[in-house]
Amino acid sequence: MTDLPRTTPSQTVGPFFALPDGLPWPDGPEVVGTEEPDAILLRGQLIDGAGEPVPDGLIEIWQADERGRIQHPDDPRDDSTSFRGFGRCATNAEGRFWFRTVKPGALPTPSGGTEAPHINVTVLARGMLDRVVTRIYFPDEPRANAVDPVLSAVDPERRATLVAVPETEAFRFDIRLQGDDETPFFAV
Amino acid sequence: MHSRTPTNTTGLTLPSYERDDSSHPALATPEYGSTRLRAPQRPLQLLPQNLTEVTGPVLGHERVGATDHDLTVQHGGEPLGERILVSGRVLDSDGRAVPDTLVEIWQANSAGRYCHVGDQHPAPLDPNFSGVGRCMTDSEGNYRFVTIKPGAYPWGNHTNAWRPAHIHFSLFGRAFTQRLVTQMYFPGDPLFYQDPIFHSVRDPRARERMISRFDLDTTVPEWALSFKFDIVLRGSAATPFEDEEDEH
Ligand SMILES: [Fe+2]
Repeated sequence: MTDLPRTTPSQTVGPFFALPDGLPWPDGPEVVGTEEPDAILLRGQLIDGAGEPVPDGLIEIWQADERGRIQHPDDPRDDSTSFRGFGRCATNAEGRFWFRTVKPGALPTPSGGTEAPHINVTVLARGMLDRVVTRIYFPDEPRANAVDPVLSAVDPERRATLVAVPETEAFRFDIRLQGDDETPFFAV
Repeated sequence: MHSRTPTNTTGLTLPSYERDDSSHPALATPEYGSTRLRAPQRPLQLLPQNLTEVTGPVLGHERVGATDHDLTVQHGGEPLGERILVSGRVLDSDGRAVPDTLVEIWQANSAGRYCHVGDQHPAPLDPNFSGVGRCMTDSEGNYRFVTIKPGAYPWGNHTNAWRPAHIHFSLFGRAFTQRLVTQMYFPGDPLFYQDPIFHSVRDPRARERMISRFDLDTTVPEWALSFKFDIVLRGSAATPFEDEEDEH
């Protein structure tokens, strides 16, 4: 048996990823442009275990388009899309981040189920030695959310923290790294 | 190709990616003080690898400018410091190349100072060095940067704490599951022993995988030393138990 390579360990993104022209791309938060008629605004705050905002975090999102299509060779469905699906936003001094995107469609699972519309989230920051992953679900999808295989496996008392909160012309999704209302995080 | 879960009534077959938790540091690592308020404390729930997880952003060459791979030519003059080449392959843990994937790097200058408003280290900035690079891997997973060797820098984690010289790397691979942010170190750094970030990886063999290798063969005579650094992302789950697990 040949020796297969082992994976490279993760290390913290550190405090300095936001160098000029660094990881925060100018168009990072804009998954879709302002001309997109169905654009939604997603905003939130990254909060640490002391309840303080995290001003040096990096939030990334990955999602399907409005019809549940993904631009990727490993999506075996016939659908195609030019939707970028990826967003990246550094948190500001108040720990706040935002994205302009579209609400994704539901997705089929290999076992014949359906996943409710959701956005995958990666959180990176100084003081985090590995990324953590969570998901954003939508408040106007109660029936789909109730049968979503991931959401329904979350402790019922914590489920609501994965559902974005409707605000005037936006959805709010705060991420709490610790505490009584710690956001549920996932191992992928 | 990756291993696939068995076809079923849906006809939707997806790749699956091996878990590699043993390679990675624990989020809660007390020696690294900033983890105290930032490491989630509840157990992580296992996320099934469905469509959103086994796909990932296809970020093309439009993200990469002509001089993005050469951090020594991004300004009017050459940066000060020791010019180096940093190159290697991006692979998965099946040994397969990861082609056409975006590699992003950032680093301090040769004096150990980042070109960042938050960096308070009283070392000089270099007007000819921004410290940011990008490139795409080629069809065989190869990448290559020209840069200068970053300096060590002090930080406030403990008394007289210094980070070993390092270059930050960010990789996407081809799937959300493969996303990796890491740091590349240099061989023989005398600062390793006191660095809690390096030592947050508990397995010494895994720590070795973050250290680049000096390579005389690709060192360019009269011009630049060469360091090789291969990066391994998660591959398919090729364990003997996989089929069993999948059949239910
Ligand atoms: Fe650093």
